[in-house]
Amino acid sequence: MADPILELIGVRKSYNQGTPVETEVLHGIDLAMAPGEFCALIGPSGSGKSTLLNIIGLLDRPTGGKLLIGERDTAALDDAGLTALRGETIGFVFQNHHLITAFTALENVMMPILVGRGFPNGEMAQRADRLLEQVGLAAWRNAKVNNLSGGQQQRVAIARALARQPAIVLADEPTGNLDTKAAESVFELMREINRREGTSFLIVTHNLSLADRCDRTIEVVDGKILSDRKAAA
Amino acid sequence: MNRLLPFEWIAATRFLREGAVQTLLIITGVGVGVGVVVFMSALLTGLQASFLQRMFSSQAQIVLRPPDEVARPLRRESDGFVVLATVLKPEQRLRSIDQWQKVRDLTKDIGGIITVSPMASGAGFAVRGEASKSISLMGIEPAQFFKIVDIPGKIVAGTVRLNAGDIVIGTELAQDLGVAVNDKLRVTTATGASQTLTITGIFDLGNRGSNERNTYVALRTAQTMLDLTGGVTSIDVTVKDVYAAEEIAQEITAATGVEADSWIKTNADFFSFIGSQNMSNAAIRIFVSLSVAFGIASVLVVSVVQRSREIGILRAMGASRGQILRVFLLQGAVVGFLGSLFGSALGWGILAVWRSYAKHADGTALFDVTMEPRLLAMAAVLATLTGLAAAILPAMRAARLEPVVAIRG
Repeated sequence: MADPILELIGVRKSYNQGTPVETEVLHGIDLAMAPGEFCALIGPSGSGKSTLLNIIGLLDRPTGGKLLIGERDTAALDDAGLTALRGETIGFVFQNHHLITAFTALENVMMPILVGRGFPNGEMAQRADRLLEQVGLAAWRNAKVNNLSGGQQQRVAIARALARQPAIVLADEPTGNLDTKAAESVFELMREINRREGTSFLIVTHNLSLADRCDRTIEVVDGKILSDRKAAA
Repeated sequence: MNRLLPFEWIAATRFLREGAVQTLLIITGVGVGVGVVVFMSALLTGLQASFLQRMFSSQAQIVLRPPDEVARPLRRESDGFVVLATVLKPEQRLRSIDQWQKVRDLTKDIGGIITVSPMASGAGFAVRGEASKSISLMGIEPAQFFKIVDIPGKIVAGTVRLNAGDIVIGTELAQDLGVAVNDKLRVTTATGASQTLTITGIFDLGNRGSNERNTYVALRTAQTMLDLTGGVTSIDVTVKDVYAAEEIAQEITAATGVEADSWIKTNADFFSFIGSQNMSNAAIRIFVSLSVAFGIASVLVVSVVQRSREIGILRAMGASRGQILRVFLLQGAVVGFLGSLFGSALGWGILAVWRSYAKHADGTALFDVTMEPRLLAMAAVLATLTGLAAAILPAMRAARLEPVVAIRG
């Protein structure tokens, strides 16, 4: 396996640490992802998938174990360091698209580059335009995101996640709120980007038929990895 | 997106525009507050300026006088002795300021002084036929004195020619004695000197008492009639900054040894009235600022709650805590600034309405009220800073949001 883009070694996460109601939701997770992998993360509700995704996404810190992103130990980073690393290496797609309604589709896609650079420029608009074209929404570039359909909004969210060419895109039930047809096209879009650009994806999903179409399926139950299967090539 | 504007500015203005109703309401709120303050300040400044102008159109800001005469007992008590002596307070006769030319020249050299005008004045009687009126005879150097009291501008008949043997009197006195320009008037002073003078002008100072009593003659004429050969009884001084009059008066006393009374000391009541007026205006400003600040803060707190998910997303995309902080600080500042523009317009409007009502019967303004650009600039700066300060807590709250919690909402 090539050098992993991320590696978790014995990662634990407890809530209410040091209080009588301390609860550990992740009990020592070991996991590595190679560049270009297209993984599904499945498991029942409350199994700790979202917590795991938040830790991998540097939105939350583990209470034990190590998280390496591109061989960098994230424990040593302060809040600003985590924010910068997150912006550079990780893209997010959420269940409820979470686009910013005050901006147009194009501006939403530009946003990760804008917060990274501080000032807008033509280059980022061009990149955002290309990404919108890739997700098939070039015609909606100046549309208010509230005027787009659920599937379209999720496509904008995917374009936004790709804006800074992240090593990995973390998707938390990206098709959860879509009808079958839209879900299928959004999934296909991610798959296509993964094949063409080599971007890694880690997709939390409840849809087992979609999970089966991923390269690898990781099942988390009760805060532990129950199974980690690779699809037959 | 404008390439010259940073992310924070773009996000702040978009957020404000998206919540247009909220934004307009709070800008209106800020505007009403600023409008009241602007109107009140303009009114007060105008009122005080008009008071001072009226006051100083007939009196100097500092008057130099000879020291009071005191009686000194010849023997002082020493240890073990009691000196029985009744010291009567001596009567204050009319006398000149010692070496007044030197005092005048020294005074002129002190900074912040506009005019120095010597005067020899004393009591007298104006007599015509059977009628006699008590007057105050004031000998002046017209060139200097008219810079302090604008007699030429207040002449209603004749001119202000003041050669030896000429006198200028007020309308009231002219009426009481039944005299007109070019008539002769016999003036007798307390020293017994008497002279017949020609009335060259009649003035109206806008004050019955002054029009009845004040009469002006050449300095030399007064010196002769008051038996003050070469002397003056007071020196009038005007200064650039009327509120610095007391300090300058003390400086004059220190430099010349002559007693100098400033208007601040002689009109202590009026001055404390101005002081308390300024204080109540400051209190109003502070309370209006507070209510404006709380208004802005409450709107921003709500906005932070409403946008917590978007804040979380921005943080997930790599926005730093500092960037989020600035987005909300800017919103406060922008609301404050726009509110101050609206408020300045509102204040100006109220002032225009006020002007059209507050008039003398003859249609002239009660007093001059102007909106100074400085006042508007100050209102804008203060309102912007108030908005910024009001935004500190909500902005810190936004910056502290943990992205995980914020996104979950």
